[in-house]
Amino acid sequence: MGVVRRRSGSFVLKVNPILCDGFGHCHELAPELVDVDEWGYPIVVSEPVPLSNSGLLQSARYAVRGCPRQALSIERSNDTVKPQ
Amino acid sequence: MISAGSLPRVLHGSEGRPLSLERHEEVFIAETPFNVMHELENSGLTGRGGAAFPTFRKVDLLRLQRGNNKSVVVNLMEGEPAAHKEFALAGANPHLILEGAQVLAGLIGAKRILVCVARDNPTVVNHLNRAIHELERRSLRGATIELHTPPWRYVAGEESALVHWLNDNESLPQYRPERPSILRVGRNPALVDNAETCANVALIARFGAEWFRKLGTEKSPGSTLVSLSGAVERSTVLEVSLGTPIRDILAAGHADMAPQALLLGGFGGTWLHGKHIDTPYANEYLSVPGAGVGAGVMAVLPREACGVYETLRIVRWMANESARQCGPCAFGLPALAEDLMSITHSSKDPRAAYERLQSRCDSIEGRGACRHPDGVIRLVRSALVVFEDDISQHIVGRPCTGTQRPKHTITIPTIEHEDELIWE
Repeated sequence: MGVVRRRSGSFVLKVNPILCDGFGHCHELAPELVDVDEWGYPIVVSEPVPLSNSGLLQSARYAVRGCPRQALSIERSNDTVKPQ
Repeated sequence: MISAGSLPRVLHGSEGRPLSLERHEEVFIAETPFNVMHELENSGLTGRGGAAFPTFRKVDLLRLQRGNNKSVVVNLMEGEPAAHKEFALAGANPHLILEGAQVLAGLIGAKRILVCVARDNPTVVNHLNRAIHELERRSLRGATIELHTPPWRYVAGEESALVHWLNDNESLPQYRPERPSILRVGRNPALVDNAETCANVALIARFGAEWFRKLGTEKSPGSTLVSLSGAVERSTVLEVSLGTPIRDILAAGHADMAPQALLLGGFGGTWLHGKHIDTPYANEYLSVPGAGVGAGVMAVLPREACGVYETLRIVRWMANESARQCGPCAFGLPALAEDLMSITHSSKDPRAAYERLQSRCDSIEGRGACRHPDGVIRLVRSALVVFEDDISQHIVGRPCTGTQRPKHTITIPTIEHEDELIWE
């Protein structure tokens, strides 16, 4: 945290389907990114979201931290600019 | 290449300091008249396990990986109940498989060859055991060969499940988000190849790419094994040149020459309508009606059978074979079977079931750790297209005769209870 990053590039929220037990917390914490199917398992938006969209990034972080099985992760795509 | 009459020979290519391995490979190995790596690239061999991934690219990726104890995993699991090609292959010449594995081990620098045969298939285990002992007696081996016998499950032949079994004695597929994903036995990279691919590699290493390309089409060269079953005189495994019209394959196997449909690729494959019977048997032609060679299964569905009912039977069995690790697969596949059930038996509002089936297919697709649910969805979708007229009859409550007097055409193993499935 605390490190200033240049927000170019994008991220995708990924779910490990083996770890996931369908608690549904991610849907409550990041409803704009995660939908649930009829059995309560998450359907995550698959298109990359730009990192500059800090609201979505924050809710993705909430979802990652709120997952009881730690099945979620944020995957940044390669074109992220690393801080110098 | 060093020309015959010129010097230096032994000192060729030196630049005043010792050559690095990359430079050595550039100067010598790449220029030798017969280089297995080149032959493999030029042969255009694709994996015969179902995905048809170019073998050269896989080998090249593994060759550049680090690891002091790499391994080659030979996949003889035969997960498809309708496929018998591994059986035929090991029964014909197990040494060809082992030789191909040795060639691959030499190419990627592997020290171990792990041959995996399902323990429910004792004949193949015996064939391989004998072949390995014969090799050991003459001490002709390069890499050490070990025989492993995982339990027989549909998903146990999936490469990550196989590697998981080798690591932890559990035939469960793994989640591999990284691309390209590299499988590891222990901490070392492993090359997993189907036995038929290994046998083809052995042939290419012996006779070269040009010889290999004499059969098959431009895009899919070589020959392939076809497991023919269903409405045939007797189930056989045929070796055909890729690009042979399907009609010729059926004639060679004494099959029903006017089938309603063909199941291609396996239980996670596709239905092909009987009118496409003259299509050449190669991926580039079969992809036009949406099918593929897959794992080499060809099950013939006769006119009197009900395609929807056969699909239901397959999906029901496949749902039971799910490893139940991922929610979309564990809950979704039985739901698909239930929808198909109400369509075939015209019960519980079949029209709603039909629409629900399509939306469930869309929502489940691509959400499992392995491709097991995707395969089932491919089968269901192709059934919805191929048996379109039949399904519309079912929906309005006029099920075909196939459902009333069910004649089981496609052989499906009995469904075991969930608690009795052996995974380790």
